[in-house]
Amino acid sequence: MSTETDRIEQIATQEYKYGFVTEVDTDVAPPGLNEDVIRMLSAKKNEPEFMLEWRLKAYRHWLTMVEPTWANVHYPAIDYQAIRYYAAPRMKPKGPDSLDEVDKEILRTYEKLGISLEEQKRLTGVAVDAVFDSVSVATTFKDKLAGLGIIFCSFSEAVQQHPELIKKYLGSVVPYSDNFFATLNSAVFSDGSFCYIPKGVRCPMELSTYFRINTADVGQFERTLIVAEEGSYVSYLEGCTAPIRDTNQLHAAVVELVALDDATIKYSTVQNWYPGDKEGRGGIYNFVTKRGKCVGARSKISWTQVETGSAITWKYPGCILQGDDSIGEFYSVAVVNNLQQADTGTKMIHIGKNTRSTIVSKGISAGRGQNSYRGLVKILKKASGARNYSQCDSLLIGDKCGAHTFPYLEVSNSSSQVEHEASTSKISDDQLFYCRQRGIKSEDAVNMIVNGYCKEVFKQLPMEFAVEAQKLLGVSLEGSVG
Amino acid sequence: MLKIRGLRASVGGKEILKGVDMAVNAGEVHAIMGPNGSGKSTLAHVLAGREGYVVTGGEVVYEGKNLLELAPELRAREGVFLAFQYPVEIPGVSNTYFLKASLNEIRKHRGLEELDAVDFLSLVRQKLKIVDIDQDLLNRPVNAGFSGGEKKRNEIFQMAVLEPRLAILDETDSGLDIDALRTIAGGVNKLRSSDKAIMVVTHYQRLLHYIVPDFVHVLLDGRIVKSGGKELALELEEKGYDWVQEEVGAQSR
Repeated sequence: MSTETDRIEQIATQEYKYGFVTEVDTDVAPPGLNEDVIRMLSAKKNEPEFMLEWRLKAYRHWLTMVEPTWANVHYPAIDYQAIRYYAAPRMKPKGPDSLDEVDKEILRTYEKLGISLEEQKRLTGVAVDAVFDSVSVATTFKDKLAGLGIIFCSFSEAVQQHPELIKKYLGSVVPYSDNFFATLNSAVFSDGSFCYIPKGVRCPMELSTYFRINTADVGQFERTLIVAEEGSYVSYLEGCTAPIRDTNQLHAAVVELVALDDATIKYSTVQNWYPGDKEGRGGIYNFVTKRGKCVGARSKISWTQVETGSAITWKYPGCILQGDDSIGEFYSVAVVNNLQQADTGTKMIHIGKNTRSTIVSKGISAGRGQNSYRGLVKILKKASGARNYSQCDSLLIGDKCGAHTFPYLEVSNSSSQVEHEASTSKISDDQLFYCRQRGIKSEDAVNMIVNGYCKEVFKQLPMEFAVEAQKLLGVSLEGSVG
Repeated sequence: MLKIRGLRASVGGKEILKGVDMAVNAGEVHAIMGPNGSGKSTLAHVLAGREGYVVTGGEVVYEGKNLLELAPELRAREGVFLAFQYPVEIPGVSNTYFLKASLNEIRKHRGLEELDAVDFLSLVRQKLKIVDIDQDLLNRPVNAGFSGGEKKRNEIFQMAVLEPRLAILDETDSGLDIDALRTIAGGVNKLRSSDKAIMVVTHYQRLLHYIVPDFVHVLLDGRIVKSGGKELALELEEKGYDWVQEEVGAQSR
């Protein structure tokens, strides 16, 4: 019997629209990792001694570690000696001062991605730091932000210009010894973004980083550090894409957020790394450590992520709620289609009194994708009056995919409250037929239903990115119904 | 407008429609009556293009086109509307959003400009009165948590907004109390016009007190065995379907 379910199973290929390669002259390191490579990398970036020491310390620690295997994802062993740990577009020794100095090809790449830096500069209120392979290419709006005392620049530049801040905060949330991938990142991270919001300043625009992996076999290990001083506010967005390649590429990033008293950091991610083809060839391994620390009282860190890409996603943006009355939030939409795998969720560690956390996770599985939510809510003894609300929903499209939920609760305090709700639903043939009978074709109907399902998370995103996220979701699920 | 000739269809390998013939012209209201299992709902679903209903013979010509060749969404855009016996819930999608998407698909297909939110809302406000529907219903997710009566009302409300050329009401009266029945029938009557046709699929005669048909057809075991005017419905009410069965049996003997 031919039913809508059969159509759902006819998984058509969705061509990855960001899969182009940019021809630029690139300075790459030979594959492999040892102390010399790290020294070379550090020297290329003209780093101060403390940075090199930190990297080497991390590297030596990494050698003692083993890759974690507890996640519900499966992939062949990664050969860490086959990866190139550095690739940079060749340019004049010092970094570009203006867009005119940036390679035209790279700028065209960003235009294809829909973020023309030129355009951005003139028209929009979004300041973009663009990371291409391993180095930060251009930072728009820098001057305007500087007027407010805001520092928004590439990580490399921050190491040069603001070493005291880097020294103080680097590794303060995710220590170099944190976990296998974070430790690897600490040893070899090549660039990323740094953002510092001074006391009492409300950042007037969305700050944004766009990551792109261009060179083959390159691992991208960027590092982002955001520090929000007392009473400040910043909203930060990160987007990612990569060209189509039939081998897997590793992306092991680290993001650290620090919020002092009364500060708010809103961190949004739209992750659209190449997911691999429909047979599961190629695609990005996205093994990322993201963590925020609400150091100060009444501080707030809010993570919003829309994860549509990558062959494998392994990330748990979390919050350490140290300050009293601090708030942690995690809003997530994770989509898997074809053979994608995702093991994602959050960690909320309640340390301070009356700390609150909210978790809203929406998993969508289509094709033969496997989607796991893994979350930890830990309430320590001293965290009296702490509260958590978690909601984990799974939506299945077709009947060859999977959804899994692994919630962990550790409560050592009798005055705290923890609520957990979970649901699993499926887009039914009846729903699709109902929509089609009203003139809406299957694919649009799926989009409509999925967007409705994700609404709670999308409304956390800045407006223009919510629109982009919606479109991306449509692209990711294209072909999931016939 | 609609010509059905020798239509045969099966569900799950079992033949349900065994050669249905009928013709519907613009401006007419046709009632399809029959006992449970006679194939009424199957006919409605086959016309709407529901998958799983396999057409094994015959043809359906709608406004000069081979209806059976068209995908369900194209049939809808061409003006075929099915009011569902069991309207489907779509959590997370607001009724307004859904209906606007639907209307704009149909308008696009007809070469009309899509309505923006403002024009759409003013259209909706006019149409709300037709079935006396609560405005709150618009902002709620499609059919989710609606009462049985609200769901049926919502179907007719959609019909009012979408203005189909051929509306098929599948057991729209089932599960309604008499007041709701009256309101919904009143709504349908307001939508009757000389350029539109309505097919009312029903088990009971009571709906036909309010929506008075021009023609009544009796479907028995996958065939239309008797057709007549509105009096036929009354006769059925009085004598039951057994009467038709016996009569048909007598003729074939």
